[in-house]
Amino acid sequence: MDCKFVPSVCPYCGTGCGILLQVVEGKLTGTLPLKSHPVNDGKLCIKGWNMHEHVNSFLRLKQPLIKMFGRFVKADWDETIDFAAERFKEIIAQHGPDSVGILVSAKTTNEENYLGQKFARAVVGTNNVDHCARL
Amino acid sequence: MAGLAAAFGSGAMTNSVAGIEDAGSIFVIGSNTTACHPLIARRIYRAKEKGAKLIVADPRKIQLSRFADVAVNQRLGSDVALLNGMMHVIIANGWQDQAYIDERCEDYAELEKVVAGWSPEKAAEITGIDPDKIVMMAELYANNRPSSLLYAMGITQHTTGVDNVKSCCNLALLCGNVGVAGSGVNPLRGQNNVQGACDMGGLPNVMTGYQPVNDPKIIEKFSRAWGRELSAQPGLTITDMIPAMLEGRLKALYVIGENPKLSDPDWNHLSHALEKLDFLVVQELFLSETAQIADVVFAAASSAEKEGTYTNTERRCMKINQAIEPIGKSLPDWQIISRLATAMGYNMNYRDPEEIFDEITSLTPKSYAGMTYERLGIDGLQWPCPDINHPGTPYLHKDQFTRGKGKFHAIEYRDPAELPDQEYPYFLTTGRMFAHFHTGTMTRVSKHLDLEQKTGYIEINPQDAAEVGVRENQVLIVTSRRGEMEVPARITENVPPGTLFLPIHFGENPPNVLTDANAVDPLAKIPEFKVSVVRIKCLQKPAANQ
Repeated sequence: MDCKFVPSVCPYCGTGCGILLQVVEGKLTGTLPLKSHPVNDGKLCIKGWNMHEHVNSFLRLKQPLIKMFGRFVKADWDETIDFAAERFKEIIAQHGPDSVGILVSAKTTNEENYLGQKFARAVVGTNNVDHCARL
Repeated sequence: MAGLAAAFGSGAMTNSVAGIEDAGSIFVIGSNTTACHPLIARRIYRAKEKGAKLIVADPRKIQLSRFADVAVNQRLGSDVALLNGMMHVIIANGWQDQAYIDERCEDYAELEKVVAGWSPEKAAEITGIDPDKIVMMAELYANNRPSSLLYAMGITQHTTGVDNVKSCCNLALLCGNVGVAGSGVNPLRGQNNVQGACDMGGLPNVMTGYQPVNDPKIIEKFSRAWGRELSAQPGLTITDMIPAMLEGRLKALYVIGENPKLSDPDWNHLSHALEKLDFLVVQELFLSETAQIADVVFAAASSAEKEGTYTNTERRCMKINQAIEPIGKSLPDWQIISRLATAMGYNMNYRDPEEIFDEITSLTPKSYAGMTYERLGIDGLQWPCPDINHPGTPYLHKDQFTRGKGKFHAIEYRDPAELPDQEYPYFLTTGRMFAHFHTGTMTRVSKHLDLEQKTGYIEINPQDAAEVGVRENQVLIVTSRRGEMEVPARITENVPPGTLFLPIHFGENPPNVLTDANAVDPLAKIPEFKVSVVRIKCLQKPAANQ
């Protein structure tokens, strides 16, 4: 049986508890606390212990969607990316870069937040970038 | 964070989670730590076992209140009055650390002048706390150093949020409780990577590491690194974006991993604003309330399906690792953003997140410069970590404040935007409960967490419940100046008479139907989620007639 444990960090609150993701036969089957971690010292709360359940939820989005005539249609990545890129370019050309806003996220990684604000500033050309720290 | 930065020069938690255990006293204000940050609450209990004194101030009776040496329920929005009252007692008794104040702080005279007018009796009138208890709190905090002050959204989500934070800083400076292990002013961040999102420049006025966009040298540095002329004009905050949408100035919005429809104040107002957009793109794990009204939805991979780093509330940058392949055809956010940028004519090609991280550290000199994936290991590193041999920083402001001297701010008390009146006689406050998280998108789909709490509810004191004739689980109609909602009642002594509590996790009972988008802190633009006023009515026939 193929079984491994991958060290990671709990994605819920700001405490940042160290976790071990338990993977059996390529499937995420459990979450364990990381012993001797400087933050949580081998313990987890009820949310942390069940962290794998949201990952495996049947409600997860499995591919991109485009809304046509008020309904979502499943699409592939190339067509969705091209569609969104064209619309953003049109709006920027017509109304200027400051007509676009970007909300980055307190839930994604540092690298992704960095790219999100780089996208706003270098690609769109606006400083209209914020996230929900205030909320 | 604006308040902390003004007082100390850095807007982050000053000390470490583990360090809480070494405190002589712990003052928890506006944080329901056991429910919202359980593993930080554990450090509080451990400190208590080692003999620390515990002071708890919260409008509700929370679990920590039961274990506290002194626990009080201040009236909603009266924190400045409480803190000024405590400082009055400390100065009147000479418990302040005068040597520390003289050597390391400035503007003490102004503070002294303002708090001189805040006798415990006067503070009691506003806060509703017995003056003797205010004296006790002051004594416990001042005379059991090092004292650690912990707060969360109960302090910041007010029209006086910045004033509240500055008052917390005043109290800590007064007793020499900054720059010492086991002490500090410690905001507990609500989301796993709020600290990181701020550090990475996810803000309209600063680039990575809080380098201001209106500094020509900074703009030049980033323009050169990114190969584009950048704008030096600070952008719109999330709170300013809503009116901009309504007025047609903001036409398109790209939302990466957020659910503003449930998390922003004033649901009706925001829904109306989002409808005005020409184009809305949402990048999400689930078809959230906001994703449902989008034009395009990008399917994002979860934290178990990608590599990267998070920075927690104590400034610790830690590595996350990929455990499984992305579910379905979902993609990690960094790949989606890169592909979109490239399709828009800006070449963004990264081999892996490590290459992005190296770009970040090369542009962020003081805080992240000394970090590499290899150095982070499993324990991570706490910024500031300015060079490759630096061990990281467990607590800030050790010999000197980031801004030089610690600054006292003389703060006068101001009322919240709304106070109860004849028409709307009840206070309403909002918050989290232990089994769910934020807008519930991640926790309500979890079987075991859903079992703990399936539906929304509102907490009401037995005395108020008897008055309106509502029984447990009967539906209350709650009305504010913004809107109206129905929600089942939970009758409990945890809330004082005249105050209701509504958890934020449940999309079918969204508190922001009731809260006010216009009541924001003038500086931080944070909405006053913690105080609104409402009237209530029982939907069923009053219990007395049944």
